[in-house]
Amino acid sequence: MVRQGPVVLHRPWQRNPVVILGFVLWVAMLAFGLQGFVERMQSDALFSDLQSWMPWGLWVASYIWFIGLSAGSFLLSTLVYVFGLKRLERVGKLALVVALITLIMAMMMIAFDVGHMSRLFEIYYRPQFHSMMAWMGWLYGAYFLLLVFETYFVLHADFVNGRALAGGQGAVARFLSFGRRESLTERDLRRDRRIVGVLATIGIPLAFAFHGGVGALFGTVDARDVWHTGLYPIIFLTGAFLTGGALFTSIFAFFWPNQDGAWREIVLTLAKIVLVLLLFDVLLEWADLSIPLWYGIGPEVAELKYMLFGPFWWSFWGVSLTAGVIVPLLLLTIGRNSPKAISWAGVLIVVSYLATRVNLVVPGLQSPELPNLQYSYHDGRLLYHYVPTWSEWELVLFVCALGIALLVIAARVLPSIMGRELS
Amino acid sequence: MSAGIKLSPIPTLPPPVDPSQEDITIVMRRDLRRALAKPIEQRHWGMVIDLQRCTGCQGCTIACINENKLPPGVVYRPVLENVSGTFPNVSKQFLPRPCMQCEDPPCVPVCPVAATYKRPDGIVAIDYDVCIGCRYCITACPYSARTFDWGEFYGDAVCGAPTAYEEVPSLEYGKVWMREPGTSPIGNTRKCQFCLERLDHGELPACTETCFGRATYFGDLNDPEALVNRVRQDRQMMQLKSDLGTNPSVFYLL
Repeated sequence: MVRQGPVVLHRPWQRNPVVILGFVLWVAMLAFGLQGFVERMQSDALFSDLQSWMPWGLWVASYIWFIGLSAGSFLLSTLVYVFGLKRLERVGKLALVVALITLIMAMMMIAFDVGHMSRLFEIYYRPQFHSMMAWMGWLYGAYFLLLVFETYFVLHADFVNGRALAGGQGAVARFLSFGRRESLTERDLRRDRRIVGVLATIGIPLAFAFHGGVGALFGTVDARDVWHTGLYPIIFLTGAFLTGGALFTSIFAFFWPNQDGAWREIVLTLAKIVLVLLLFDVLLEWADLSIPLWYGIGPEVAELKYMLFGPFWWSFWGVSLTAGVIVPLLLLTIGRNSPKAISWAGVLIVVSYLATRVNLVVPGLQSPELPNLQYSYHDGRLLYHYVPTWSEWELVLFVCALGIALLVIAARVLPSIMGRELS
Repeated sequence: MSAGIKLSPIPTLPPPVDPSQEDITIVMRRDLRRALAKPIEQRHWGMVIDLQRCTGCQGCTIACINENKLPPGVVYRPVLENVSGTFPNVSKQFLPRPCMQCEDPPCVPVCPVAATYKRPDGIVAIDYDVCIGCRYCITACPYSARTFDWGEFYGDAVCGAPTAYEEVPSLEYGKVWMREPGTSPIGNTRKCQFCLERLDHGELPACTETCFGRATYFGDLNDPEALVNRVRQDRQMMQLKSDLGTNPSVFYLL
């Protein structure tokens, strides 16, 4: 077989100091992350500030952040593979790969959070389907399989066409073309497109179910007044569309190799989608906060006031509202014709949404269920005060560093996801 | 005392329940043996706590820790305190809070692997060998009756290792549980189970046995003759958060 040279990708780091800085940051993330990973594996949850009465914190918030990114990115891909939106056709493959990687990140994060990681598979062989969490486990399993198969069939022709490439690109293509030597026929391609269409169509209700389900996982808990609202599944879904769309927009705007007229048109289209989702998300957040707070009485008022005016007020007003809403709104409106402004708006929305997720998980656990419970027994793990430790942040950095590495590797060995034609 | 300040009368303890003056612990042990003679599904273990007799000594909390060898971060029966009034008319109320062993426990249906379940005798139990440690049940309990075993030892802060008394196994659920890293009950949710291992041997729960104010009554709620039912007659009673519909098996006499 005559080997072709590998498809040479655009190397933005050769001329972009931001990417060089990004690489340095990634190395730092990985170094700190490894420390957090080793600590977690050695010591159960010892290095966290999680409490027996505030049992969920940064790791659970990060998990719903990642899973939202996955659901949003996947649903963006369905605009291409189900609804046939031609304008976004070039980015469908990348959206699927981003969905798969962020799903893996979410699964890793929640696995690190539980007390017995080795027992996680009990959800599959002895599920109790009354539990929203059991549903989550099963829906994630189905979604993972669907994503793997859909991504495979989307890239099938590229694997076959890329068999002759040298290096890792060819090796991956040869392995995943499973010995097929001849190019795909028109009939094969039609069959692949049909399979992708069916899988993507099944994926839409699945993505709605599992991410709305995460909202229901919180919303069904009657004991937690802040969580117990029918709005939660809708808020979770909107947050997923928003952050998934924003993440994808940023990746596409920053790293797409051919930044031509078509690229610009896609970026501007994505920006409009993100803007609409951001406005809808703000509307839901307003409803969720203003209704219980309006008359200032009710069981959840103290917890919401803690979030808004307590010691971590800055995470709501500074991070979630200013960095996550006001600045992106300005960038997406005033800078609506600037791909750079749009990509930075996406970055701000995605990063700041972690604060939104933390503000969703933690305040709901902030108040004692019984008056004076916090004074009844003095112990460092029986408090109503949670601040994530550096070790907790390190573990989140570890998962982020791995996710970034997976995306870069995917872009290197699967050049077609970055818009490179192989045939 | 300065003139013009009117003091509240000092409350007196209610009279003993049993006119024969037999110690209630003896009576409850007899009730327990009668209940154990019945099939398990015909029993309904319950607890009554007389808030007028509770002195807030926290002896029950300590007895529980001793019985279950509880580590840092885990408590099954804290005693809540509430101070009301202003000096000098101040009173302090105590509220021991075991697991409520609800008829409709919110913690049970949320468990993704059915590790926590309701026994036929009304006790909400946890299978430590199945629990994955997700802590969803902790968030779902409206009484905060569940805590998590974080794998810590009191000796960690003192000598960097578990102290000798922390290496004594717990006998919860009638099994021998050595707390070692990576094995249950470390990494599990834990809760009061009315000292099941003691009940199986005809003994009262540790908190009931040790309550020197005789404020805690325990027995079979299905047995009309049991002291735990007789003591509730003619007294005002409450269940915690009864509006939630969980129907606790723990009653408080006011």
